[in-house]
Amino acid sequence: MNQASVSHACAAVLRRDLTLAWRRRGDIAMPVLYALIVATLFPFALGPEDALLQRIAGGVVLVTVLLAMLLALDAMFRSDIEDGSLEQLVLAPQPLALMLGMKILAHWLTTALPLIVIAPLLAGMLHLPMAVMGVLLLALLLATPMLSLLGAMLVALTAGTRRSGMLLALMLLPLCVPVVIFAAGAVAAAQQGLPWIAPIAWLGAALALALVLAPLACATALRIALDA
Amino acid sequence: MSRWIPLWLHKLGSPPIFYRFAGALRPWFLGLALIAGAVALYGGLVLAPADYQQGDAYRIIFIHVPSAWMGLFVYGVMAVASFIALVWRIKLAEAVAMESAPIGAAFTFITLVTGSLWGKPMWGTWWTWDARLTSELVLLFLYLGVIGLYHAFEDRRQGARAAAFLAIVGIINVPIVHFSVNWWNTLHQGSTVRILGPSKISGDMLWPLLTMMVATKLYYVASLFGRVRADLLELEGGKDWVRRIATGEVVPGEQA
Amino acid sequence: MTSAHPIPLLQAHGLSFLRADEPVFGPLDFVLHTGEIALVEGDNGSGKTTLLRLLAGLLHVGEGELRWRGKGWNRDERAGEVLFLGHQLGLKMDMSPRENLRVAAGLHGQREGCGTSSVLVDVGLAGYEDEPVRRLSAGQKKRAALARLLLLPAVLWLLDEPYANLDRAGIALVNRLLEAHVAEGGAALVTTHGAVSFHGGEPKRIRMHG
Repeated sequence: MNQASVSHACAAVLRRDLTLAWRRRGDIAMPVLYALIVATLFPFALGPEDALLQRIAGGVVLVTVLLAMLLALDAMFRSDIEDGSLEQLVLAPQPLALMLGMKILAHWLTTALPLIVIAPLLAGMLHLPMAVMGVLLLALLLATPMLSLLGAMLVALTAGTRRSGMLLALMLLPLCVPVVIFAAGAVAAAQQGLPWIAPIAWLGAALALALVLAPLACATALRIALDA
Repeated sequence: MSRWIPLWLHKLGSPPIFYRFAGALRPWFLGLALIAGAVALYGGLVLAPADYQQGDAYRIIFIHVPSAWMGLFVYGVMAVASFIALVWRIKLAEAVAMESAPIGAAFTFITLVTGSLWGKPMWGTWWTWDARLTSELVLLFLYLGVIGLYHAFEDRRQGARAAAFLAIVGIINVPIVHFSVNWWNTLHQGSTVRILGPSKISGDMLWPLLTMMVATKLYYVASLFGRVRADLLELEGGKDWVRRIATGEVVPGEQA
Repeated sequence: MTSAHPIPLLQAHGLSFLRADEPVFGPLDFVLHTGEIALVEGDNGSGKTTLLRLLAGLLHVGEGELRWRGKGWNRDERAGEVLFLGHQLGLKMDMSPRENLRVAAGLHGQREGCGTSSVLVDVGLAGYEDEPVRRLSAGQKKRAALARLLLLPAVLWLLDEPYANLDRAGIALVNRLLEAHVAEGGAALVTTHGAVSFHGGEPKRIRMHG
């Protein structure tokens, strides 16, 4: 009898989720398309004036990415709940928090990473200065994992309910206010030529904390949500 | 003496005993809340002098400030009850946590409305992205999230546990939101108008404020007792003690 | 005396589960030793699935007491010893039976001398190993899930309606798996509507009352 090692289990979960995402590549493209559409609508609504677009570009890209992630968040555990894989994962003799951490990582790689890749394109469409692009990407690299982690915890809480889309947005809003503030704050500061390292450092600190705590909270939430 | 307190708390945690206890105390709390509220309003609206800067408009603080305090206080109570509910699975704690949420949301809503009523003559606009106002708005969303999650589950006790978990996550979030909104505010605009100066409140204004604070607390307890009683009847619908109340029998111990 | 009555694998005293304060199944007493199969019998809605989910560790113990190998009901005590096969098979539709088994083995480990290929042949999926599960019939999906029982190490099997969707050969397969498992010193709780016959004698029966 060979007990599975934790690293094997992590690799198995990560590989499974990435394989599944790859076999449904179309779903990966959806949030990217959504972000493109939203970012395109802004100039139509506000007028093509360069200075205005330039001023709001950072915030628009951040909020757009956040909304696109929210769209994909709902699906994080849904298929696993429907086919019973989540039960098997919960019952496996492995630390559940770590396994969920792998699922969150896979989700981040398949939804947030493509969004980060097209973020310069979105920002370019809104005339964000090239010099600020680096800060925007850095802010996104720190903010999107936060959203994945916090979102996963909330999705786990709603795992036992039927309707969850709108509820998820309602629950996520208070949690992501600080993330948006610091991420957008860093971009705004960089744009004004002010030091932007402080908000980025705060984001990094929050991310370090969330990396440890959110999977644990997610595991607890999931056990509560499945227990009925 | 100290040995009796846990036993007493344990007994109080049982739904039928709490039902009777809360039923007996509720009118007193409600009565005291009304009296204290009336006294505070008289003191605040009639006795207290007008502010030399703001005139009579400042008088809304006698509603606004106690509501704001209660919004946070009730959230604290909810989080503590949620923690107890999650760790020890006590039904009464679940009921207290879940019935606190709408009351707290109402207080927060009152805070927002009175804040914007006051803001209209003071700032010339009914809404401004002031740090405190924004924090209050986020607090309201936290409450709404808890209420929404609670009602999304078919099994009420499971919903209560999930929402309790969210409430605990929220209490960690409240200071973070406050800190970040403050930071954001200093980044984007200058200093904001303060409703209360740090130290220049006179005694004539202070005592109605504190009385109103006591009144809102008493009202909260009375309202909570009523809601939890109704909740317990519903949760324990099949139990003997509820059936006895429903059929009009005298609950044993009540005639004593 | 103690050697004749070794510590049972699973003991339940007055076990019940409450949903909205109503017991889903009544107080239940049973004992399960290694080398035993127990059939959980009862009408629809009598709480058979709930009992299995509770024993798997998905639900909390409502009232009463459960003991595992004579000790308390603790998740760490049971880690890796229980396998649960529910109504939902826990198979990913976009992956093949072989890939599904590899994930399960990654999570649970695998038995000595077992491979994914041989196990899939044993459950009668030869030739379908690399077909996506969504293209398999309901019975074949069930067999793909049953392959987990052969591959993964566990003492207690909790099988919820293992005979559903299976043809006669499939039913015989489940019985064969159960007999082999019991002969190796395993134990199983099985919910079923139909009559079951074992070569290895009468199984234990647990009656559920709604």
